Amino acid sequence: MRHVISLLIENESGALSRVSGLFSARGYNIESLTVAPTEDASMSRMTIVTSGSDDIIEQITKQLNKLVEVIKVVDISESAHIERELMITKVRATGKDRDEMKRMADIFRARVIDVTDTSYVIELTGNQSKLDAFIDAIEPALILEIVRSGVCGIGRGDRILKV
Amino acid sequence: MVLTGAEIVIRCLQEEKVEYVFGYPGGAVLFIYDALFNQDKVRHVLVRHEQAAVHAADGFARSTETVGVALVTSGPGATNAITGIATAYCDSIPMVIISGQVPTAAIGQDAFQEVDTVGITRPCVKHNYLVKDVRDIATTIKKAFYLAKTGRPGPVLVDIPKDVSMHKCEFEYPKEVSMRSYNPVLKGHQGQIRKAVQLLLEAKRPMIYTGGGVVLSDAAEQLTKLTRLLGFPITNTLMGLGGYPASDRQYLGMPGMHGTYEANMAMHYSDVLLAIGARFDDRVIGDPANFAEEPRKIIHVDIDPSSISKRVRVDVPIVGDVKEVLEEMIRQIEASSARPDVETVGTWWKQVDEWRRRECMKFKNSDEIIKPQFVIQKLWEVTGGDAFITSDVGQHQMWASQYYRFDKPRRWLNSGGLGTMGVGLPYAMGAQLAHLGSQVACVTGEASIQMNIQELSTCKQFRLPIKIVNLNNRYLGMVRQWQQLFHGERYSESYMDSLPDFAKLAESYGHVGFRIEKPADVEGALREAFGRKNDLVFLDFQIDQTENVYPMVQGGKGLTEMILSAEDL
Repeated sequence: MRHVISLLIENESGALSRVSGLFSARGYNIESLTVAPTEDASMSRMTIVTSGSDDIIEQITKQLNKLVEVIKVVDISESAHIERELMITKVRATGKDRDEMKRMADIFRARVIDVTDTSYVIELTGNQSKLDAFIDAIEPALILEIVRSGVCGIGRGDRILKV
Repeated sequence: MVLTGAEIVIRCLQEEKVEYVFGYPGGAVLFIYDALFNQDKVRHVLVRHEQAAVHAADGFARSTETVGVALVTSGPGATNAITGIATAYCDSIPMVIISGQVPTAAIGQDAFQEVDTVGITRPCVKHNYLVKDVRDIATTIKKAFYLAKTGRPGPVLVDIPKDVSMHKCEFEYPKEVSMRSYNPVLKGHQGQIRKAVQLLLEAKRPMIYTGGGVVLSDAAEQLTKLTRLLGFPITNTLMGLGGYPASDRQYLGMPGMHGTYEANMAMHYSDVLLAIGARFDDRVIGDPANFAEEPRKIIHVDIDPSSISKRVRVDVPIVGDVKEVLEEMIRQIEASSARPDVETVGTWWKQVDEWRRRECMKFKNSDEIIKPQFVIQKLWEVTGGDAFITSDVGQHQMWASQYYRFDKPRRWLNSGGLGTMGVGLPYAMGAQLAHLGSQVACVTGEASIQMNIQELSTCKQFRLPIKIVNLNNRYLGMVRQWQQLFHGERYSESYMDSLPDFAKLAESYGHVGFRIEKPADVEGALREAFGRKNDLVFLDFQIDQTENVYPMVQGGKGLTEMILSAEDL
């Protein structure tokens, strides 16, 4: 089962390697991991997309909590939540492909954020499946470069992850 | 008061009432050693290899209720310390390791004796720090001691670059430490404890299974009280020996791979299992699938939530300090009039006693050749069962744990989790320094002892009258045993050739050495050794080469599939 785990961690050097080291040492999967400081610069928030049986996910959250610098851990995928990922795609945009590419961006509510005579850079935000669908929808030969941020997530409504 | 970083380090150790630091100097810690030189409160024990420094500090901590402290230099000093740190980590031993680092400006430049100590130690410490500013030393060391001894204990490393130890700042030792990210739960959940007590009182086939957590939490007294109050059978794991008096009738011996028949059967066929400060380790329950086949309710008390429901599903988890939880259990039982049903528990005891009658610890003694079990029995007799016993890793470790009956906690020091050969002598050094005047014996083998034999020199320098009980079978015995049983008797590289004359070797270090070849001489040699109060005596027992450790549960098998003796093969 796929799970999205959010955590708050002290913004100290080496904090990221403690988390990633834990996953590799214990053989847990990491599908994606994002990290950046919060509004309080002494703290970072991480979103980890992982997968495993219920027992493994329980161990993952317990082991994360055990790290001395981890302040709070929540499996946000346990209930209603929102996930977003940013993807920036550089595509070839010449001849008839140029119009087609613009149309495709519009359909996916993506934005063209850089233009040259031969290429577009397209910014697209959404959940993972939307980004995957966009990649599937465009001609592979036209993709010059893709970068994805990994998933950010937040609980819906009253569910708040804060100190 | 304005002090250098190095002076601050030593002042911090003084504030923490550290008696002994085990260490080895080098370039990056020269200022710290200079600060050490100028005072006499913290005493330094100069070892002969950094691994032994960490083990000795670890042994000191295991035999007392204090935090062990080791001091090593950068680069090879730190890498040599790794095995010691990992050993302490696996057994949750509270320690602070201070390591020197190259100057901050040189970090990342591949400087002489530079290694990423914080990176290398990260997977085998509870936490670690690189101190980049002299003003952070005092708070960091305060945090290190706090982290090491609270919650589930463990080693904490503080890496200090040379320039930081040289810089100066105002010193004030923080009185308290608070960390928003670290607040271990001490008190167990009242409702959960009530549920557990209810289950225990209604149990038909109850069993108590305790581990190192009881020793670390100094809860032997509470455990004994609860066990007697309930009248249930109890087993202590390898790490938990001495948590409950081994000479008591309710004690069934050790469980697990080389545990007793009665302890393993009672674990397996219990209907309510109370696990305290233990972790259902693979050497204890064998195959978890086999263990789960028999239905039972499991109550698990542990300070570390990640130990609960890790290998087996638990019905009543109780997160908290073992001592506090046991006190609450006792309080609840004493406050109520309900007691376990005497008849029901009596029927269970009849079954347990039937298992006991198999006498799984019996061995064939000999007049011709020394049996290792016999040596340990005699060691127990000669020391009145009251010595601090350290061991290395292998067959001798199992025989010591099986045949020396520990009635008190913190008397048995061994590497249970990591299984580190070479810990025995440094553990004995730590235990002897912590208990000057007490009997300390290191039970070892001719292979293990050679992994830190250089420490005989340290023992001479610090006049440590340790008795080394070397069970010499000219084999890596446990490896040989597995090769005999599971690898078609192909004894690949498990023999020991070109051994030194250990008695003479000990003598060359200025100690006393005996070589004992006959069973009739065992007791006399032990008595003479322990009679020499001021001498380290190396007792080199030539034992039966082919003796195996029984009972035995093969790796990956279930607790009920035991080989009880050579006849079962």
